[in-house]
Amino acid sequence: MTPADTLRFATRAATAWPLRTALMMLAMSIGVAAVVVLTALGDGARRYVVNEFSALGASLLIVLPGRTETGGVNAGSFVSSTPRELTNADAAALLRLSLVQRVAPLAVGNAEIAVGGRLREATVVGTSADFLELRGLEIGQGSFLPREDFNRASAVAVIGDTLRSELFPGQGAVGRMIRVGDTRLRVIGVLAPSGRGLGMTTDELVLVPVATAQAMFDTSGLFRIFVEARGREALPGAQRQVEERLRARRDGELDFTVITQDAVLGTFDRILGALTLGVAGIAAISLAVAGILVMNVILVAVTQRTAEIGLLKALGARAGTIRAAFLAEAALLSVAGALAGFALGHVGAWGVRLAFPELPAWPPDWAVVAALATALGTGVLFGVLPARRAARLDPVQALSRR
Amino acid sequence: MAQIELEHIDRIFKLGDSEVHALRDITLRIEAGEYVAVMGPSGSGKSTLLNLLGLLDRPNAGAYRLEGRDVTTLSADEQAAVRSARIGFVFQSFHLVPRLSAAENIGLPLVLAGVPAAERAPRVARALQDFGLEGRARHRPDELSGGQRQRVAIARATIMRPAMLLADEPTGNLDRATGHEVTALLEALNAAGTTLIVVTHDPAMGERARRRILMEDGAIRQELQAAAAAPEAPGSGSTAPPP
Repeated sequence: MTPADTLRFATRAATAWPLRTALMMLAMSIGVAAVVVLTALGDGARRYVVNEFSALGASLLIVLPGRTETGGVNAGSFVSSTPRELTNADAAALLRLSLVQRVAPLAVGNAEIAVGGRLREATVVGTSADFLELRGLEIGQGSFLPREDFNRASAVAVIGDTLRSELFPGQGAVGRMIRVGDTRLRVIGVLAPSGRGLGMTTDELVLVPVATAQAMFDTSGLFRIFVEARGREALPGAQRQVEERLRARRDGELDFTVITQDAVLGTFDRILGALTLGVAGIAAISLAVAGILVMNVILVAVTQRTAEIGLLKALGARAGTIRAAFLAEAALLSVAGALAGFALGHVGAWGVRLAFPELPAWPPDWAVVAALATALGTGVLFGVLPARRAARLDPVQALSRR
Repeated sequence: MAQIELEHIDRIFKLGDSEVHALRDITLRIEAGEYVAVMGPSGSGKSTLLNLLGLLDRPNAGAYRLEGRDVTTLSADEQAAVRSARIGFVFQSFHLVPRLSAAENIGLPLVLAGVPAAERAPRVARALQDFGLEGRARHRPDELSGGQRQRVAIARATIMRPAMLLADEPTGNLDRATGHEVTALLEALNAAGTTLIVVTHDPAMGERARRRILMEDGAIRQELQAAAAAPEAPGSGSTAPPP
C-alpha cells in the first residue's frame, strides 16, 4: 500500500465511526489544550514578573547586609542576620563612586498612622530623593522627599494614593500633618496611583527621609541600599566599585552582599520557569490518559473489524501493511485531536488574556511543540500494541468472525 | 507440471487435549483451467482444504506446490504476495468492507498491492463494466442486493487477474435465481482460463463442475470426472479480461 493510500484508508476507517472518533479527539484535545493554557498561564506569570522587575531599571544593584558563605542569590540572602550594619555613611560613600548615578538607602518598618481620629497600619519606607527615579515612581501632588544629607531627619512624608484617599477623603493632603508612630510629619507630596507592582503596591506606602525612619524604628542600620549604575554596561564595573568601597570601609571584611537586578530576575525566571514546567507536566498526564484512550479505541476497532482484517490478509495484505493502516489510524486520531486541542488551547489563552489583560498569557513555543509531539507520540505508541495484534491475527479465524 | 500439487497433506487442529484431523493424507493435483467442486458434509474438511489452497493456513505435514513452487515453506509475507498475485477468494458472506463503495471494494486488492491510483481507476472501471455494476460504483454494500454484492466480491477477486479462484459456498447466501447468475459468472471466468475451485453443499452446483471431489472426515472419499465437459457458452461480455 502506498503511504497516501494507507492514509486514505485510515481516514475512511476513522470517519466511519464519527461519534467514537469525535470523543477520542475530544479527549486528546483536552489534554493538549490543558498543556497550552496552563503553560500560557505559567509563562505569562513569568513574563509578567520579569517585566515588572525590568521596569525597575536594568542597571540596578542591591546591597544587602550580611553574606551567606556560598554566595549567590538564595532565600537566605533576603533574611540573613547582620554581622555589621549598613549605614547611611556607607550609602553616602557609594554616591561618590564614578560609575554610580543614584543611591537610595532603605529602612523599612511598620507603623500606625493617625490623622485626626483615623488610624491605619502602613509600611513606612525611609529612603532618599533618588528613590523616586530609581523605582520609576511618579509624584501626583506636591513634591517628593527633598535632596538632603542622609542623616538629616526632616519631619516630612510622602504618602501613597490609597493612603491619601483613606486618610484625607475628599480633601487635599499636601501640607497636612500626620502622626506616624510617635512622630509628627508634614505631608509634602502624594505619589501618583501606580496600579501595578508585585504585591507591594506603592499606593499604601509612607515614604519618609531615611534618618526619620531610623529614628522612628530606633535603628542605625539599613535594610537595603539601592544603587543605580550609569547605564547597563557600567553594571559590572559599578558592582566591583561598590564592593571595593564598602569593603574598604569595613576593614576589608566582605560581610555584605551585592546582587544585581539580573540575578534577582534570573532567580524569579528560574522559579517561575520551573513552575511552568511543573504545570506542563501535570497537564501532560492528561495526554498520557488520552494516549491510553487511543489504544482502547484502536483495540476496539481491531476487534470490530476482525473479519475485515482477515479479508485484507486474504486479498494479499502483508502484516506490515495492516500494522501501518492501524498505526496510521491511531496517528490520525492523535494529530486531529492535538490540532483541535491546539486551537482550543489558544482560545483558552486568549480568554485568559481577555480576563487578565496585564498577564501576557501566551503559551511558550516549547510547550506547544512538546504538547503536539507528546500527543502524536503517545497516540502512535499506544497504537502499536493494537496494530500489532491486528497484524498477527490468524486469517482463517479472522475471516470466520462476522 | 500441474498448477496445484498436494502431497500427503495433514492438518491437525488441537482443541484442548484432543486432536482433530481436519485433513488426512490428502494428495491432489489440479491442472490450470480446471473446474473443481469440493463437496461433502459439514466438518469434512473442505473449507480447511480451501484455506490451505489459498495459503491462509499451513499444513502440519505434506507438501504444497503451487505452479511448481513449494509454498508451504514461504514466510507469511511471501505467502501474502502469492495470494495477492495468483489467488482470488470469493466468500459465502461476500466480505465486503461496509464503509467502502462498490468501486473501492473492487479496487482494494490493487490498493493493497500498491498500484498507483491513476492505474487503478481504468481497471476498476472496466471491472465494474464487465460485471454489470456501472450504475453501482458509488453505492455502499448495504445499498446493494445480494447478487450485486457477490458480483462486487467476484470483481474484487479477479481484479488482480489471478490464476485461480477459490470460492467457498459462493451461492450459499443467495436465492436460486441469483445463485445461478453468480455460478454462470464464475463459470465464464473459468472458461476464460482461470482455475475455479468451489466448495459447496449444493449438489446442483456440484453437478456443474467437470471434476468433483467428495470429502469425508478429512479425506478424499471419491473423485468423479464428468464426461460432459462443455459447460454453457460464456455469457455476452461477462468474461474476465485475459491476463
